[in-house]
Amino acid sequence: MPTVAPVNVDGFVVRAGFLNDHAFFASGEGDVVIAGQGETTLRPHKSGLLAAEVAADGVGLITSGDDGCIYRCSPDGSFELVAERPRKWIDLIAAGPSGAVAFASGRVAWVRLADGQEKEFQHERAVGGLAFAPKGLRLAVSRYDGATLWWAGTDSAPAELTWKGAHLGISFSPDSKFLVTAMQENALHGWRLSDSKDMRMSGYPAKVKSFSWSAKGRYLATSGANAAILWPYFGKNGPMGQSPLQLGSRQGLLVTAVSCHPVEDVTAVGYQDGSIAMCRIEDKAEVPLRGPGEGPVSSIGWDRDGFRLAFGTEAGEAGVISLKD
Amino acid sequence: MSATQDAQAQIPVTVLTGYLGAGKTTLLNRILTESHGQRYAVIVNEFGEVGIDNDLLVESDEEIFEMNNGCICCTVRGDLIRTVQNLMKRKNAFDAIIVETTGVADPAPVAQTFFMDDDVRASARLDAVVAVVDARHVMQRLEDTEEAEDQVAFADVILINKTDLVTPEELATVEARIRSINPYAILHRSERCSVELGQVLDRGAFDLDRILSLDPHFLGDSDPAHVCGPDCDHDHHHDHDHHHHDHDHHGHGHHHHHHDENPHSVKSISLTAGDLNPDLFFPWISQVTQVQGPNILRLKGILAFKDDPQRYVIQGVHMIVEGDHQRDWKADEPRQSRLVFIGRDLNWDVLEQSFQACIAQ
Repeated sequence: MPTVAPVNVDGFVVRAGFLNDHAFFASGEGDVVIAGQGETTLRPHKSGLLAAEVAADGVGLITSGDDGCIYRCSPDGSFELVAERPRKWIDLIAAGPSGAVAFASGRVAWVRLADGQEKEFQHERAVGGLAFAPKGLRLAVSRYDGATLWWAGTDSAPAELTWKGAHLGISFSPDSKFLVTAMQENALHGWRLSDSKDMRMSGYPAKVKSFSWSAKGRYLATSGANAAILWPYFGKNGPMGQSPLQLGSRQGLLVTAVSCHPVEDVTAVGYQDGSIAMCRIEDKAEVPLRGPGEGPVSSIGWDRDGFRLAFGTEAGEAGVISLKD
Repeated sequence: MSATQDAQAQIPVTVLTGYLGAGKTTLLNRILTESHGQRYAVIVNEFGEVGIDNDLLVESDEEIFEMNNGCICCTVRGDLIRTVQNLMKRKNAFDAIIVETTGVADPAPVAQTFFMDDDVRASARLDAVVAVVDARHVMQRLEDTEEAEDQVAFADVILINKTDLVTPEELATVEARIRSINPYAILHRSERCSVELGQVLDRGAFDLDRILSLDPHFLGDSDPAHVCGPDCDHDHHHDHDHHHHDHDHHGHGHHHHHHDENPHSVKSISLTAGDLNPDLFFPWISQVTQVQGPNILRLKGILAFKDDPQRYVIQGVHMIVEGDHQRDWKADEPRQSRLVFIGRDLNWDVLEQSFQACIAQ
């Protein structure tokens, strides 16, 4: 039987997940709570925290805030300043290989390498999201009317992918063959990178704010509908001409967060009412993990082995769900 | 769309427009420094002279997003969506939001953001659009630019500032010109933006439940379109001119246009009728806003539908229209439908005739 261990967090949980064996919860009010043997609370930012991403080494947590600072927090309770852009609200960050960190505000994105070197990438219109490619120092920036692919380590010209409209969240498929964005409209857009072929994935009643690739990259699980929507990415055409799977359907209840299991073909699904379930892709079998709470599930994340799931809600509820005793 | 969303959970948003130098920054500084018990998050286009160190003051580049829905005037402020979502991660830190626009901004995309983006709509509600105008320069601005006229036309509250820099005659001319563009806004006069903040904030101008009257230069006493001067003690002293206050409140088919020499300038029209047929009215308003939406800056109405005991209130911005039942008609209240359009290049006669065709037989 899954058990839920609540953790005290003050405010909207922006991100929940794991740093090695420690669960973490980053709150919009500025606290980063680390729960392992006991709880430690860090407060790196002067005021609010806007974004948090686990570093590529799986140990550090990169956070950004409305004080214009980017910090790297460690499970031992320490934190260090990575970069600063005074008076900017840094609300987008991505963690790259070898300690590289990308961050953005307004129309500008920056990459800071582990050696302290920084590069600036200007865009004509608003940046909506950042993602590093699975391999190499390649940064994808979603923006108004498309996406731009930069080589962060060199000065070579960027590759532009065009599709009208505002592109927000962005993600590479684990095999680097596809790039997917969530749009201001209730749809996903994607490009097959070999030939820039466009892919439209629509039919959502709400914006897609959470997406997660399944263990072997066979499916892209997404929020924004009354079920977790999983697009197939096995075959060379990806989801083109395919219908998605629907897992954990709930009448009149939106899925607000998804996280695929790190090993099994299983997706954790968080709902608008605060409830959480776990769904098997193969047969859609469901296991309830948490009942309804006080606010929509805002973030969920598995530990490395897939035995524990950290969760947080917009209402500041948080906890760790353990699958085994 | 309905008026029954949880207004408690939605953070009120005041949009502040006005030309460079009109006094927006002075007003903002007052809002940020005076003790009024409210905590404001302020979104400015540039920090400029807002000399306040406040962690809830955010600079935002205007990013106009076109929506891919086939509607040519459906634009939203992408940066505002992003900033409001970021603010919602710290909901406990503030009570209300103020958005300052650039001097040349079209207020429509800002307003439309609060109707078209589901996430913003769920967490925030547009309270009012407040325009600050400079009594000394506004006439010239209105001559020179469409934006200045749009700002006046769009506003729910207009603050005529720097009244100490003009003569009483000049001020009367300014007020008459502003009234000719927008007879339905509440006017306040001020020197150095010294208006009581309660007159500017928390107005509920977009709140369907609070659309009480659409009479310019109101006759009664509930929410008059009155002018408050610097010395106003908030008794309603009607010191404005009443020159187009000539309408017949009992007749059907009444209309008044606010004529102006420039055929492309903003005008308003107030259409009145008795009971309407909803089966005729809704297709009509939908068609009017679809076709003429780009030219409609604002619309508001209080409507009586045949055999319906409740008042139906409606409001819109360009192609966006929302409406809902408000309350029962009172026994002493004449069941009258009134619909106000403020716009540019509208075919007023056709609007009038087609509206009259919606009257219930």
